[in-house]
Amino acid sequence: MTSNKKDPVLVVLQLSGGNDYMNTVIPYTDPLYRDNRPAVGIADEDIIRINDELGFHPSLRVMEEMFNQGNLAIVHGVGYPDSPRSHFRSMDIWHTCEPDKLGTEGWLGLATREIDPHKENVVTTVSMGPSMFRAVSVAGVPVAAVDSLDSYGLLTGISSQEQRLKILDRFSQMYTPTIGTGAVMEYLGETGLEAMKGADILKVAPGMYSSTVEYADNPIARKLKDIARIHLADLGTRIFYCDYGSFDSHANQPGMHAGLWNDVCAGVSDFFADLKEHDADDNVIMIMFSEFGRRVHDNGSGTDHGAAGAAFALGTPVKGGFYGEYPSRKAEDLQQGDLVPNLDFRGFYSTVLEDWLGLDSKPIVKGEFEKPKFL
Amino acid sequence: MAEDIALMAHLMRRAGFGATREELEARAAQGYDATVDELLNPETVDGADRYEFLRYHPSFWKPITSPGMGASAWLHSMLNTERVLEEKMVLFWHQVFATGGSKLDHWHEMVTQVDMFRQYGMGNYRELLVELSKNPAMIFWLDNCDNHEYAVNENWGRELLELFSMGVGNYTEDDVRECSRAFTGWTIAASIPRNAHGRYDWEFEYLPEDHDEGEKTFLGHTGNFNGEDIIDIVCAQPATARFIARHLYNFFVAEEPQVPAWSVTPPNDPEAIDLLARTFTESGYEMREVLRVLFTSDFFKNARYAKIKSPAEVLVGTLRFVGGYKFPAPGIGNLSKEAGYMGQELLNPPSVEGWHTGAEWINSGTLMKRINFSADMVGDTTRPGIQAIVNRLRARGDLEPEELVDACLDLMGPLVVDGDNRKQLVNHARELGTLTWADDVQARDRVGEMLQLVVSLREYQYA
Repeated sequence: MTSNKKDPVLVVLQLSGGNDYMNTVIPYTDPLYRDNRPAVGIADEDIIRINDELGFHPSLRVMEEMFNQGNLAIVHGVGYPDSPRSHFRSMDIWHTCEPDKLGTEGWLGLATREIDPHKENVVTTVSMGPSMFRAVSVAGVPVAAVDSLDSYGLLTGISSQEQRLKILDRFSQMYTPTIGTGAVMEYLGETGLEAMKGADILKVAPGMYSSTVEYADNPIARKLKDIARIHLADLGTRIFYCDYGSFDSHANQPGMHAGLWNDVCAGVSDFFADLKEHDADDNVIMIMFSEFGRRVHDNGSGTDHGAAGAAFALGTPVKGGFYGEYPSRKAEDLQQGDLVPNLDFRGFYSTVLEDWLGLDSKPIVKGEFEKPKFL
Repeated sequence: MAEDIALMAHLMRRAGFGATREELEARAAQGYDATVDELLNPETVDGADRYEFLRYHPSFWKPITSPGMGASAWLHSMLNTERVLEEKMVLFWHQVFATGGSKLDHWHEMVTQVDMFRQYGMGNYRELLVELSKNPAMIFWLDNCDNHEYAVNENWGRELLELFSMGVGNYTEDDVRECSRAFTGWTIAASIPRNAHGRYDWEFEYLPEDHDEGEKTFLGHTGNFNGEDIIDIVCAQPATARFIARHLYNFFVAEEPQVPAWSVTPPNDPEAIDLLARTFTESGYEMREVLRVLFTSDFFKNARYAKIKSPAEVLVGTLRFVGGYKFPAPGIGNLSKEAGYMGQELLNPPSVEGWHTGAEWINSGTLMKRINFSADMVGDTTRPGIQAIVNRLRARGDLEPEELVDACLDLMGPLVVDGDNRKQLVNHARELGTLTWADDVQARDRVGEMLQLVVSLREYQYA
């Protein structure tokens, strides 16, 4: 049976460092916002009003457009109980869905195994960065870790292309597993060839790509362009993972936070424009999250680590709007000065896993959680 | 002589981070047992100079919340110390007593823990366990600061038995409880919230008012035990001797199954484990004595290339081999991240179980990183270590393709490769015929390229 239905594709953009929820989606009519943000509050006239309670940070003009088109879901109060307020531990929790113990298996690594159990496509999942995100890492699941698409590959330090191809040819012969050399030698052989195959598959992408979209000149826009090029090359990649930051705005927050969101929004806008130009946006969603939000009261120059944050889902298939409730800013409702999460992040993941990737979320997020219905 | 060099190279790969051919020749002349002696008693040679490093990189003084800074400080030691076994034991204990900076968010305390391993790692295991129990990073990592007389937290008590001494299956849940009770009141001072830019220094603190003074029954012994009493009982268990022996074997000799399988899978070499365990007990838990027996044993000497290198070994071994990376120098922060790209983020193991070793170091991403990193390094013929190889080859005059291949394999190890793979290297060398030195630049490039092929070999991934 053939089907014209395109496989759903997920792009994760991780906002690393702890994005300030209250200055991203601003409860501008709440007097407590002004009271708590004497140093880093956004001036009333600069806030992009969404409705009579909430507004966007002025750098989020692109998000406003997507919201008005019904292509942006904003999920309020995302987090988990007893937030440790450590970047790394928090990120581990988001990556492994294990808030109570140290997990080692990434949620999207597990999803990759479900999507491609026989490892038929070594680029089913592509992690954009020098090292693999723990979210996509599970032992025995091949994932391509691509720092930069144009320089991705084996032995890329060899400058003469002709020499490099000759050496790669030797490499593939030297890695062909020979019987009787032992399990580990054979495994090394298979893995080496897998790495080469992944690089071989991906290397066609830049050559196949043409677009009128000129991406903004910033690191996250470059990563998103790499993702677009791989997606448009139709190599069967279903999951992309990338990050941007650091959003860790303890000091000098206003300029820093604005700059980061300018970069993200420019990249996101170019990315979706690129996909639309190629009629390739109807099977792609992007989600954004940060490991935690930030403290309600600013520290005179920035904000410290907090708890609840906002998560976003973007793209043509997304049912735009607000999901969940903005946590209360009242002093008596805060914990250690932080917004209290009211929606478990694993519920947000469950929506993506079940209603987008078509997978059973329970074994991946380890349980059943309330799903915001943005898909 | 060739056999002496090969054996010495094996010793230095395992007991250190590899060595240049010049060092191997000097050590071979000195003798194997004398080298083992020096490695075990390194007081006559220099460690790394932390203060020189800090003079050039003052921001590394008490690194706070930036990941990578603690690892860079440690990398400086691994690259510069002449006390290589002392430093290798730091890596060993870091892999056994796996403490994750991610949870601490306090890299200075990780550096302090590493310093403690350097001070006690080759000494007495009992003393090491006592220090570990008082180590602030460990106390926070395994929540012993939340282990109170009236609210016992079993995290440390359990892992002490399961992962740091005896192994699962050698104690009951009651023992875990009693062990944890004995460590109530072992906490850290200044466990106050972070300041705006990091955390305050932590210090071990014993709070008698929070210690459970009641009677405890632990592994058949009964008394009003405190933490040190528990450690005494733990050290005397045959299971502990075997557990440490197996860890040493897996780290220094040859691959064992992963730790969680130890309770059901017997050791690959039971006699070796028996010998190491016996030495451990009879010496009164002196690591130095166990290591001496290990390095002078036939099972060690015969275990060449029986292990996959860990990412730290790839990184440090390659950098020490090619030379030119003595610090202080810029770029150490980025270099220290390379081990993470290869799957071993130093000072931040994925869990208290540490890293899975052996073939589990390898996936398509990490293998590519290993090969690319090593190839970039050895392909740079301006590096002193590579220049030294070129000089040795040049001294031999013109080289036929087979001679070039064999000389490179020899100087990069000596590395023993599969016959088919050697044939591939020879065929590659044949494409340009005899190596002559008429055009020195071209000759050097050819050598660099051959070395790149050698480090791409599967065989090169073994230590």
